[in-house]
Amino acid sequence: MAIDKGCELFDCGHRACGGCGASLAARLLLKAAGPETIVVSSTGCMEVFSTPYPETAWKVPWIHSLFENAAAVASGIEAALKIQGRKEKVVVIAGDGATFDIGMLCISGAFERGHDITYICYDNEAYMNTGIQRSGATPYDASTTTSPAGKVSTGNRRPKKDMPRILAAHGAPYVATASVAYPADFMQKVEKAINTPGPSYVQVHAPCCTGWGFDGSKTIAIGKLAIETGLWVNYEMVDGEVTKVKRVVRKPVEEYLQEQKRFRHLFKPVTLTAEIAKIQAIADANAARYGIDIKLPPRSGAEAA
Amino acid sequence: MALEIMEGSIAIAQAVRRCRPKVVAAYPITPQTHIVESLAEIVANDELDADYITVESEFSALSACVGAVASGARAYSATTSQGLALMFEVCFNMAGMRLPIVMTIANRAMGAPLSIWNDQQDSISLRDAGWLQFYAENNQEAVDLHYIGYRVAEDHRVLLPVMVCFDGFILSHTYEPVDMLGQEEVDDYLPPFVPKYRLDAAAPVSMGMYATPDYYLEFRYENDLAQKRAIDVVREAGQEFGERFGRDYSALIESYRMEDAETAIVAMGSICGTTKDAIDEMRSEGKKVGLVRIRCFRPFPAEDLRAALGHVSRIAVLDKNVSLGAGGTTARGAVGLEVRDALYGSSIPVLDYIIALGGRDVRIDDIKDVVAACEAGDGDRFFGLRTEVL
Repeated sequence: MAIDKGCELFDCGHRACGGCGASLAARLLLKAAGPETIVVSSTGCMEVFSTPYPETAWKVPWIHSLFENAAAVASGIEAALKIQGRKEKVVVIAGDGATFDIGMLCISGAFERGHDITYICYDNEAYMNTGIQRSGATPYDASTTTSPAGKVSTGNRRPKKDMPRILAAHGAPYVATASVAYPADFMQKVEKAINTPGPSYVQVHAPCCTGWGFDGSKTIAIGKLAIETGLWVNYEMVDGEVTKVKRVVRKPVEEYLQEQKRFRHLFKPVTLTAEIAKIQAIADANAARYGIDIKLPPRSGAEAA
Repeated sequence: MALEIMEGSIAIAQAVRRCRPKVVAAYPITPQTHIVESLAEIVANDELDADYITVESEFSALSACVGAVASGARAYSATTSQGLALMFEVCFNMAGMRLPIVMTIANRAMGAPLSIWNDQQDSISLRDAGWLQFYAENNQEAVDLHYIGYRVAEDHRVLLPVMVCFDGFILSHTYEPVDMLGQEEVDDYLPPFVPKYRLDAAAPVSMGMYATPDYYLEFRYENDLAQKRAIDVVREAGQEFGERFGRDYSALIESYRMEDAETAIVAMGSICGTTKDAIDEMRSEGKKVGLVRIRCFRPFPAEDLRAALGHVSRIAVLDKNVSLGAGGTTARGAVGLEVRDALYGSSIPVLDYIIALGGRDVRIDDIKDVVAACEAGDGDRFFGLRTEVL
C-alpha cells in the first residue's frame, strides 16, 4: 500500500481494550499521515489510554488540552506554524462526543475560518470513556447507560446527527466517512484529507467492543457488517458533492444488530419487529441517498428463458 | 521620553504590537473591543507580523492561544467579564500546561444583572487558576506591565500565563499621556520567546497528558512553586525596566505616604489614583493616612504587605469585588481576605469595604468617608449603598 508510509508512530503498550477500534484508527491514521504531523486530541478514551503520565504512545508531537477545544487548539497551532514557516500537518483526532456535541462550537468556528487542518472523528457512537453514555452520534435504539432500554424505552430515541454534512455545509473541501474495517480506504482518505488545503473531515467508524457489547476479536467483522447492512456508509464528498461511495450487496440489519449487546433488547425477550423495521428503514434511506446497492445480475437460468 | 496622549485601549494595542506576538486570537466584548479592533488594524496594515484569528468565542480564543504557545509562538489575547468566565476551563488548563502568555483584562462586573461597567470581580474570581495577575493604576502602568508580563511569563523559572488587569472604561476608554517606548527599546528588553518545549516533528513530545493520583499533587505543587519563584522574577524584570526606562516596577506593592500613617488604605487598580488625591487632602487636614497599592495580586506579596502595614493602627481595604457569603454576617472581598491572611497574628484591625461594583463612581469624598468609618471601627460592609432602592 503506497499510502502506508511504513511507519508505526502509534506505539504498542498503550492501555486500550483488546479489540479497540479507536486505537486501530490512531495507528492507521499515523501510518498514512507520517512523522511530519502534529496531533491534537480531545479528552476521551484515546487520550486516556495513550498518555498516562509519564508514558505516551505517540511518536509524533501530540497535545491534549480539553474535551471540547481540539479544533480551536488546532487553529492556534496551524496559525503558529504558518507564521513560523513550518511545514508540519495539523491533525485532530477526537471522539464523537467531543466532535458532535461538546466541541461543536469550536469545530464550526475552525471550519468556517478555513484553517488548514484535518479533523478525524473516531466515532464509537457514545461517551465510552465515562461509561457508555449516549451522544449525538449514538444510533437509533442503541441502549446506553443514559438511554437504557426499559419497560417504556427501546433505547436511544434519535438517529445519528449528520455531522459530515454539517461540516460540508461549512464549505469544507473534503469530507469523508470511513471504517477501521477497511484500513486501506481509511488511510487513503486520511492522506487525501491531509493533502487537501483547508479544513477537512474524516469520520471513521470505530467499533467499541466494551461499549457495544461484542467480543474483541470481532471488531473488524462488526465494522464490515455496519457497511454491509447500510447502517454505515463509506463515502467521500469533494466540495460538497458526493464523489465516491462504497457499494455493497446489502444484508438485513438484523445481522448487524444481533451481534451487539446494545441492541439485544430488540431481540429478547421478544423480537421488536416494528423497531427493527424502523432501523431497516434508516438503512434503506441511506442506501437510496448514497446509491450503495449493487444490483446483482439476473440468474443465468432466467437469462436463458 | 516622548509622551503621547492616547486612549488606554489604543496604547495597550500599541504595546502589544511592540511585544511582537505571532498569533493574536480574540473575541469582541465590551469594554475590551478597542484593543482588539486596533490590533486588527495593526495586522491589516502589516505593522505586526502576526496571524490574527477571529475566533467564534472567548473559549476558542484562549484555546487557540494554547495551541499557538505550545507550538512555540508568542500569543496574545484580551477579554473581560463574561468572556473571561467562558475561558475559565482554558485558564486553568493553560497554567497547568505551563504555557506563558499575556492576556489583557479590561476589568468588568459579572452578570447577573448584566453590567458592562467596571469592577474587578472577573479576574479576581480566577485568582486560583494559576495565572500571575497584575493590576494597573493608570494607562502608563498598564502598558509597561505588558512588556514586563511577557518577560516574566516566558522566563523558564516561571512559565506561567499572565493577566494584565486594567479597569474597563475608567482606564480602557480614557485618554492619558503615555510613553510608548520605541520598538528597539522593547526588543532589547523583551527577547524573542524561547519555549522550553514545543510541538515539533523534529523532537516529538506529548503535552497535556493525564496524571493519576501518583503524580497530580506534585504537578500542582510545582505550579505553586513557579508562582513563588515569580516573586523574584517580577522584581528583577521590574527593576531592569526601571534601569532602562526610568519607571521602576521592582516592587509588587506601592506604598504612598505610609511613613507615619495611622490609617492605611489597601486597594488595587485605578481607584488608587482617586485615593492618592484623597490622601493628599486628608494629609493637608492633618490626618495620617496612607495607601498600600497591590500591583501584583498573584503571586500575592504577603511578606511585603506585612512589612508595609506593620506600623499602622487600622487598615481599610477597598474591594472592587465581593466574595459572596464570606465573612459570616459581615461582608468580605478577596483583597480583604488576603490582607487579613497576610497579617494573621497581628492585632491590627482590617476592615473591608465592598465598593464601586458595576461601575459605581467613587469620588474623593467617598474615600474620606471610608477612612472616617474605619476610624470608627465600622466596616466589613458594602459602601455607598443607595438604601432608597433596596
